[in-house]
Amino acid sequence: MGKEGGCGQNKTMVKQEQELANRPDNTAFTQQRLPAWQPMLSAGIVIPGFVIIGLAFIGIGVALFITSKNIQVMEMDYTGFEPDSDCFKCSNPEEKNCVCQLDFNISSRFEGPVFFYYGLSNYFQNYRRYGVSKDDAQLSGDLDNFKSPSDTCSPYDTDGIKPIVPCGSIANSMFNDTFLLYREVNGTNELVPLDGKGIAWWTDYNVKYRNPNVTPLKEAFEGTVKPLFWPRPAYELDTSDPNNNGFINQDFLVWMRRAALPDFRKLYRRIAQGDYARGLPAGNYSLKIAYNYPVLSFQGRKKVVFSNVSWMGGRNDFLGIAYLVIGSMCVFMSIVMLIVYAKFKFPEED
Amino acid sequence: MPLNLFEQFQRIANAYFLFLLVLQVIPQISSLSWFTTVVPLVLVLTVTAAKDATDDIVSKRVFFLCGKWMNVQVGDIIKLENNQFVTADLMLLSSSEPLNLVYIETAELDGETNLKVRQALTVTGDLGEDVEKLADFNGEVRCEPPNNRLDRFMGTLTYAGQKYPLDNEKVLLRGCTLRNTQWCFGLVLFGGPETKLMQNCGKTTFKRTSIDRLMNVLVLCIFGFLAFMCTVLAIGNCFWELNEGSNFTAFLPRQDGNEATFSAFLAFWSYVIILNTVVPISLYVSVEIIRLGNSFYIDWDGKMYHAANDTPAEARTTTLNEELGQIQYVFSDKTGTLTQNIMTFNKCSVNGKSYGESGNDQNKVDFSFNSLADPRFVFHDHSLVEAVKLENPEVHAFFRLLALCHTVMAEEKREGELFYLAQSPDEGALVTAARNFGFVFRSRTPDSVSIVEMGRQRSYELLAILDFNNVRKRMSVIVRSPEGKLSLYCKGADTIIYERLHRSCSKLMDVTTEHLNEFAGEGLRTLALAYKDLDEEYFNGWKRRHHEVSTSLDGREGKLDELYEEIEKDLLLLGATAVEDKLQDGVPQTIELLSKAHIKIWVLTGDKQETAENIGYSCNLLREEMNEVFVVSGNSPEDVRQELRSEVSPIGKCFPSHPIHFFVLIRGSELAFLRLACLCKAVICCRVTPLQKAQVVELVKKHKQAVTLAIGDGANDVSMIKAAHIGVGISGQEGMQAVLSSDYSFAQFRFLQRLLLVHGRWSYLRMCKFLRYFFYKNFTFTFVHFWYAFFCGFSAQTVYDEWFITLYNLVYTALPVLGMSLFDQDVNDAWSFQHPQLYVPGQLNLYFSKKAFFKCALHSCYSSLVLFFIPYAAVHDTVRDDGKDVADYQSFALLTQTCLLFAVTIQLGFEMSYWTAVNTFFVLGSLAMYFAVTFTMYSDGMFLTLPSAFPFIGTGRNSLNQPNIWLTILLTSILCVLPVVTYRFLFIQLCPTINDKVQVRQAKATPPPPPRRTRIRRTSSRRSGYAFSHAQGYGDLVTSGRFLRRPALPRSSGFSHAGRTTTSFSPMGRSAGYSPTGRPQNAKVSDVEVTSLQMYKTIRDPAL
Repeated sequence: MGKEGGCGQNKTMVKQEQELANRPDNTAFTQQRLPAWQPMLSAGIVIPGFVIIGLAFIGIGVALFITSKNIQVMEMDYTGFEPDSDCFKCSNPEEKNCVCQLDFNISSRFEGPVFFYYGLSNYFQNYRRYGVSKDDAQLSGDLDNFKSPSDTCSPYDTDGIKPIVPCGSIANSMFNDTFLLYREVNGTNELVPLDGKGIAWWTDYNVKYRNPNVTPLKEAFEGTVKPLFWPRPAYELDTSDPNNNGFINQDFLVWMRRAALPDFRKLYRRIAQGDYARGLPAGNYSLKIAYNYPVLSFQGRKKVVFSNVSWMGGRNDFLGIAYLVIGSMCVFMSIVMLIVYAKFKFPEED
Repeated sequence: MPLNLFEQFQRIANAYFLFLLVLQVIPQISSLSWFTTVVPLVLVLTVTAAKDATDDIVSKRVFFLCGKWMNVQVGDIIKLENNQFVTADLMLLSSSEPLNLVYIETAELDGETNLKVRQALTVTGDLGEDVEKLADFNGEVRCEPPNNRLDRFMGTLTYAGQKYPLDNEKVLLRGCTLRNTQWCFGLVLFGGPETKLMQNCGKTTFKRTSIDRLMNVLVLCIFGFLAFMCTVLAIGNCFWELNEGSNFTAFLPRQDGNEATFSAFLAFWSYVIILNTVVPISLYVSVEIIRLGNSFYIDWDGKMYHAANDTPAEARTTTLNEELGQIQYVFSDKTGTLTQNIMTFNKCSVNGKSYGESGNDQNKVDFSFNSLADPRFVFHDHSLVEAVKLENPEVHAFFRLLALCHTVMAEEKREGELFYLAQSPDEGALVTAARNFGFVFRSRTPDSVSIVEMGRQRSYELLAILDFNNVRKRMSVIVRSPEGKLSLYCKGADTIIYERLHRSCSKLMDVTTEHLNEFAGEGLRTLALAYKDLDEEYFNGWKRRHHEVSTSLDGREGKLDELYEEIEKDLLLLGATAVEDKLQDGVPQTIELLSKAHIKIWVLTGDKQETAENIGYSCNLLREEMNEVFVVSGNSPEDVRQELRSEVSPIGKCFPSHPIHFFVLIRGSELAFLRLACLCKAVICCRVTPLQKAQVVELVKKHKQAVTLAIGDGANDVSMIKAAHIGVGISGQEGMQAVLSSDYSFAQFRFLQRLLLVHGRWSYLRMCKFLRYFFYKNFTFTFVHFWYAFFCGFSAQTVYDEWFITLYNLVYTALPVLGMSLFDQDVNDAWSFQHPQLYVPGQLNLYFSKKAFFKCALHSCYSSLVLFFIPYAAVHDTVRDDGKDVADYQSFALLTQTCLLFAVTIQLGFEMSYWTAVNTFFVLGSLAMYFAVTFTMYSDGMFLTLPSAFPFIGTGRNSLNQPNIWLTILLTSILCVLPVVTYRFLFIQLCPTINDKVQVRQAKATPPPPPRRTRIRRTSSRRSGYAFSHAQGYGDLVTSGRFLRRPALPRSSGFSHAGRTTTSFSPMGRSAGYSPTGRPQNAKVSDVEVTSLQMYKTIRDPAL
């Protein structure tokens, strides 16, 4: 605007200013002159940027990779798919209350704290209709929904007469294999204590899931039936700890937090008590499995996993390798760019 | 309001979302909660309704403006006053002027600037202004049905038992303006849409931009693609159900009778819901908002505000902005658009001396010595006044000629207050100049002219007017001075005058020729002046013969011409005048800039060829290097076709590899010239009717698939304004017609450069960036679902939290991209003007096309793969640092959506080249908003309020405290943008675009050099700037006591009379393209002249 007016007309401009009702506001915003930063992909930024990112990534990658390599993981399939495995006998769905044993050896000390997981493969907890098959209100302790569970639970909402609590596919399909770990000490099997407290999210057992405010808990479940696949009703899930029953049972909560991917593992127990707080010493171990959960019908697999953790969580080589690869690529590309820049940079004066 | 909703649902897009909503309430299909669609839909409908409401208010305001003329009906009698705009086709009944004359200006209608005369029938004229009598007027008019012929009217008036013929001369058409007439009465013949003007206006069509059309095609493609993806996933679902799902029934029982195929069918619709984000609901509304914002910038632009008449620019249509950045053809009106429609006497050459220097306001010549001077007249050369005061005889003769030789009529309402009624503004300018220099034309009778010569009243006896016409290109008067001396004064085109000069003038001719060249080079309209004294005896003989010829019946025209030829010879040269047809400010610079931006400018005018050509030169449209000027001027379709055919081939032979610089002037009706015209650098179409203007535009639109812009100020431009992709009206003037039908309006032609090169370019850039980014971010968002389908049994499980799906487009990513689309500029306005080539990518559709869209989709595909598989691999089979598993669905959803949001935000950062504080705030604010909203949604409080709506409780706290989650986010973000940065950097280095170069220069050299606004100097070889907005027929009116016995000729016959029935294509060098002196002109000019003469021959030979 200023240029257009010219100096000679300044006086008249000022005079006119009042009369000119339609003159647009002369602000940086309306005139699109807002001060701005105009970054450019210039060689001076891009090439050093690539080098720095590359080096940083390589650094992170090395740290991640080494950390990951130091994490001990032991995985054992116990589906009983192979005829020579002890659990083969249990893989027949007709077999009830089958117990099988899995022996294994730890050659060097398994640093503590050790976490004990069960894993399932080809198991679609992320299937949409499976995922919605629960009643949130019921699980937060609403007694109305004990009597009439939500439609979303169908077909596991009633057994035909009485409502099912907790209703729905997820609850119904709760993992119900149980494990006992023995360590062979001087020829005898010593039970390794397993800690099942606090394996679920704090928010889950304190906020999201709540038992109805009825004591004893059993009375709340009056007039309901347990899920079809369950051996015991919800209020008797943990016979040893009365506070770990109902909807806030830790195993139940772990199961209810459904997995994102069809191959997953879930925390079963921690091994952090007594002598085992520092880890599992080298030696022979045997795992007694109460084999209840059928997976072979859908080509599923079951496994147990022992693992310890680091600052970055469980073992995962991928992240470290990915950082290393991308970091190297950055450095490589920066060299390519430098060559291209030196050889082909466009003449800026023309 | 309900009606508005109904209308909105008629839009296909909105109906589609309604359909989605219906799908979502079917429980078997519903893969998403209802609110994911309802919230955006409600928001979009609200915004659209608000915008519609504001549009309604605006259009009501316009409607109100037009309301005054609404009630006029056929048969009404209307009184018009001076300078009023005629808004219906009227039959003239009576007028204030003698002989029931009215003067009208038809510039609005046909672009001609001369005044025209209309005369009422005597029988109606007698009604005068007696309202009683007029009210009792009881006649019957029978006339032709409404049509678009502006130059013809046929009808009869039956009044008092008698029939009177009606023709064009009795009719005032809508679009005229009454001039120099106090009042007149007219009977409405046609009103509203039946008026000839409106018949010429063409249809109002809803305009859409090419991006709109492309977007519609793309949206269809996207729908196809959506169907494809859903089909793939449905088939996947079918196979999964057969192979896995049927075995999985222990945990996930099937409903009775649900077969795999039925499940696949449901999955198809479920995926339609989930993947619908490829056709984002907010796309259309965002596009509207961006256009609205960019329209506001036009309204607000101080550099497009014209202080002189307090007129800001106005974007009257808010849906066409980005098209402004893609214009390939500009069609401009001449009168009032390129020119100001003001003629000023600028320079003159008297007896070999050139007068008239351009100067500033300080050294204006003071005309106070002359009490009759026109105060508005401005002249800067004092030496001419000195010469007049010193009684230099040649100078006196010069001005005496100007005061005598014309057909202007004077009106003196009060003593000393003179008004000139000039048929052409050129003539008015010349007579006014004479008036100020002391030779005041005061009054005339049919046989005398009274002038005040340096204060002395003198009356010259007017013996004959040898009138002007297009062949003669000159007019003469024969007068007897009070002293009894007989003289012939002649003014006309220099070439014509030079042929008739006495041999003794040759030296003066040379000097004057130089001056004429100079004047013509500046684009001035020149006339040469000459006189001769007549012998009494000879004149008497001539007069007798003249009388005989005038009364003879056959071949009168030819015989008269011969007589005129005979007496107009052996003239003595007095000098030359130069009148400036004042261009609007900055027109030549604008045209130069636009042509540098590869915009072709065609001038379409109803005016005559000479004036059009003259303006073409003065506004830099025609330049010296365009050394072929072709005139297509056949009168019949066959002639024109032949001309066009005969011309195209020789050009091809002569200049196979060079660009061809020439222009075509079109006269005639057939416009099958497109092929030829498009080879031309500049095209001027003269004598085109308003409807033909539209036809030219349509022709280019249809056959060149080019984006067109039409700019005009008058009612005669309405049709082309409506026809072109973009119509621009010049506002701040009397007529509102053009503005009302335009899409953009501003006060000065030069603002067009800012509208196109700045606003248009930015709008296009912003819109394209927006679309590219918008499709990118939505495709990326959606494709992740596609990949996830392969890992969740094709069950239509979403990857993200439903709230994220709801808010992604509306809250988390809306403002940053809007900010970019409202503020982004690759180079600032000054540099845009500095490098007009920056405009070219828009014309070539480079920034957003099917190809660019495909690239976007590929880029999205890459990003989505990264965004799904990196988190997949990072959390698969691993655990948190406290040993709990991390790969639960909710944590995974949070991780993926956070990665996605970071990736698309960083990508936006790379798209944006202009980071204002607002942009930074939007970008960072959106990220902050994401975290704030996420943590709120995942908080205990929200869950306890509505447990079923906020199932993600605690996920934020439990996941985002994990280092490997953040490392994954960092990894995906970097991995998404690294290839883009690499590609762009290498691209800039290896084949930089003009934008890249200018950006670098802008960064290095701020501030940019100010745009040069020097007057464009041409070394002109153009011999004559002769042009005269004059029609034949006025001289008779002046001399005959019986005014207007012979009517002014209507336009169609006007040029058949003119004798220019050239049937073959005549490549005229210029209107007077040879040197009459036969001598070389001054050295600087001469070689150009030679070249042009050579060219003239080169072209002509093959034609022969």
